[in-house]
Amino acid sequence: MSARFTFTRPARLAAIAPYLWMLLFFLVPFGFVLKISLSQTAIAQPPYVPVFDLTQGLSAINGLAELSLDNFRLLVSDNLYVLSYLRSLAVAAVSTSILLVIGYPLAYAMARLPRRWQALAMMLVIIPFWTSFLIRIYAWINILQHDGVLNKFLLVLHLVSAPVVWLSTDSAMYLGIVYSYLPFMILPLYASLAKMDPALLEAAEDLGASRTRAFWLVTFPLSLPGIAAGTLLCFIPIVGEFVIPDLLAGSNSLMIGQTLWLEFFTNKDWPVASAAAVALLLLLVVPLALYDRLQRRRLEQAR
Amino acid sequence: MVEELSQAKPQGDAEGIPLLRIDAVVKKFGAVHAVDRLSLDIRAGEFFALLGPSGCGKTTLLRMLAGFETPDQGRILLDGKDIAPVLPHQRPVNMMFQNYALFPHLSVRENIAFGLKRIGMSRAEINHRLAEMVSLVKLDGLENRKPDQLSGGQKQRVALARSLARRPRVLLLDEPLAALDKKLRESTQLELMEVQRRLGMTFIIVTHDQEEAMTVADRIGVMDAGRLEQVATPRQLYESPRSRWVAEFIGDVNIFEGQAQSGEAGRLTISTREAGTIVVTRPSEPISKNMVCVAIRPEKIKLSRRGPASDALNINAMNRIEGTVIEMNYLGGVTSYKIKLDSGAVLRSSMTNTARIEIDAYHANQRVVAWFTPDDCVVLEQ
Repeated sequence: MSARFTFTRPARLAAIAPYLWMLLFFLVPFGFVLKISLSQTAIAQPPYVPVFDLTQGLSAINGLAELSLDNFRLLVSDNLYVLSYLRSLAVAAVSTSILLVIGYPLAYAMARLPRRWQALAMMLVIIPFWTSFLIRIYAWINILQHDGVLNKFLLVLHLVSAPVVWLSTDSAMYLGIVYSYLPFMILPLYASLAKMDPALLEAAEDLGASRTRAFWLVTFPLSLPGIAAGTLLCFIPIVGEFVIPDLLAGSNSLMIGQTLWLEFFTNKDWPVASAAAVALLLLLVVPLALYDRLQRRRLEQAR
Repeated sequence: MVEELSQAKPQGDAEGIPLLRIDAVVKKFGAVHAVDRLSLDIRAGEFFALLGPSGCGKTTLLRMLAGFETPDQGRILLDGKDIAPVLPHQRPVNMMFQNYALFPHLSVRENIAFGLKRIGMSRAEINHRLAEMVSLVKLDGLENRKPDQLSGGQKQRVALARSLARRPRVLLLDEPLAALDKKLRESTQLELMEVQRRLGMTFIIVTHDQEEAMTVADRIGVMDAGRLEQVATPRQLYESPRSRWVAEFIGDVNIFEGQAQSGEAGRLTISTREAGTIVVTRPSEPISKNMVCVAIRPEKIKLSRRGPASDALNINAMNRIEGTVIEMNYLGGVTSYKIKLDSGAVLRSSMTNTARIEIDAYHANQRVVAWFTPDDCVVLEQ
């Protein structure tokens, strides 16, 4: 089934707007990054050999020969990069799993509240956004540090005899990530659970499924789109996360965001940093494309 | 009388234990009595309709039978056993939901088989039952579709097949046809009756549509404010309503209030302010109050230009009221008239259009005599 739409002029402009936005704020900057990733480092300002300079007009074509994939080769050969990619994926996978395990019951409970309480619960989930993200992470440092609130509390209750090291551990990082990303997991899950007709569960019970079985046979499969959305919404930005691991985790292993930062600002190696960014993007496009295919198949089935 | 006999329905053992006994059941939501000390027996193999305006408690009653609500007081007995402690998923009762509640992620086949898998049927048995259900509700060829890919009528059939597949002792139907358009609803009503008769199952349907209840049901329970106003066959309900509320709820009716006096043998004379003196047949149950009302259905009121031709032929046509036609509505099969009586009251009459040619129609401003027999009247206490 192919539907052809004929837009009137203003409508056509409105339809183009998102593409223009993408072009201006995503594709063009990405082009710059890609270009830098294909050049060589230099002690200069900016710190790379300009390649494929469009200001030179047609002769820029000759510059094509100067492009090199050296930076990408370096990414694969130096295990610093490979390791930080793998660590990023692992951290994102673990965090997303924890988020799902915590977020699902919360979203489920929210969706089952009486209507008038649901709006309040939603507010409670969103309210942390009113404070700067950075301030909230610093607040965690305050809580977790050697003489912080948590240790004081534990000491007063005699649960520990000496202060525990919380800060600069992976646990602190996971805590920070889960805390920061929880709303992004809860909201899509809540949306898919709240729109479910409660009569479906009654029907399942009526047809001989206990409440637990009804959950697994009806609620859970129907919330899969919400799970997919929440997972992607958390997983992708966590892979590229910089601030939380930098402030809360130890410095013995780096996530790709931190490696990028180091290359960019400490080593001043813009081309390698750009190559790492391009590789990261390609790495993340794969799960997105999979999700997109899944969605499309669902839509086709619904037709 | 003859019609009364032909109305008799094939029914289970009327004397033995009823299949389902609802005994003084009360259900309160806050201070509101949704169901108020309601008792009702339903026989095996019966097609029973719960009819009432919205908010009368009929759906609450149905949900208590399914187990989704628990009675605050009273008992519900199935085969003589109290089913209060039985959870919904263990009751031998199935429900067809108002908006069908089909599982959107499952195919037609999986929807129908859902309940069968839960009772641990073998694959072969399930397939056999599936085929049977699919052909019963005429869904052949649609087994692999998802609910989104079905029309409203097809969804309704899947919902019916799904709720019938487990062969419940009682099938509960909650406004099962409300979402269909009028034509489809009428044909589906007949199909429902056909399925019920073929399977010999007990159906309880909840509806607010009196025509639907009259069409499908052997007996109808009319509910208002959590109570059963009357439980009767469709004919009894229409021709012998037990209260003014029922008379007015079911169909159209003319009601005149008046003072009852004894008349000649088997008759009562009611003197009304609006329609003069009306002679009615004495009701079988004695009237306890003097002030009563007389209910006459519009189609029982015949019109003529001068009154019945000969008293010898119309020995019973002793109620005659003169008036002026103020409105006529031609509705195809019948024409309905409004007649303004000399007292100022308005009388409604409807006449079957037995002839194609407009020969006995009345027009506005025409003087007519409206007449009806004592048997046409029902005497109701206020």
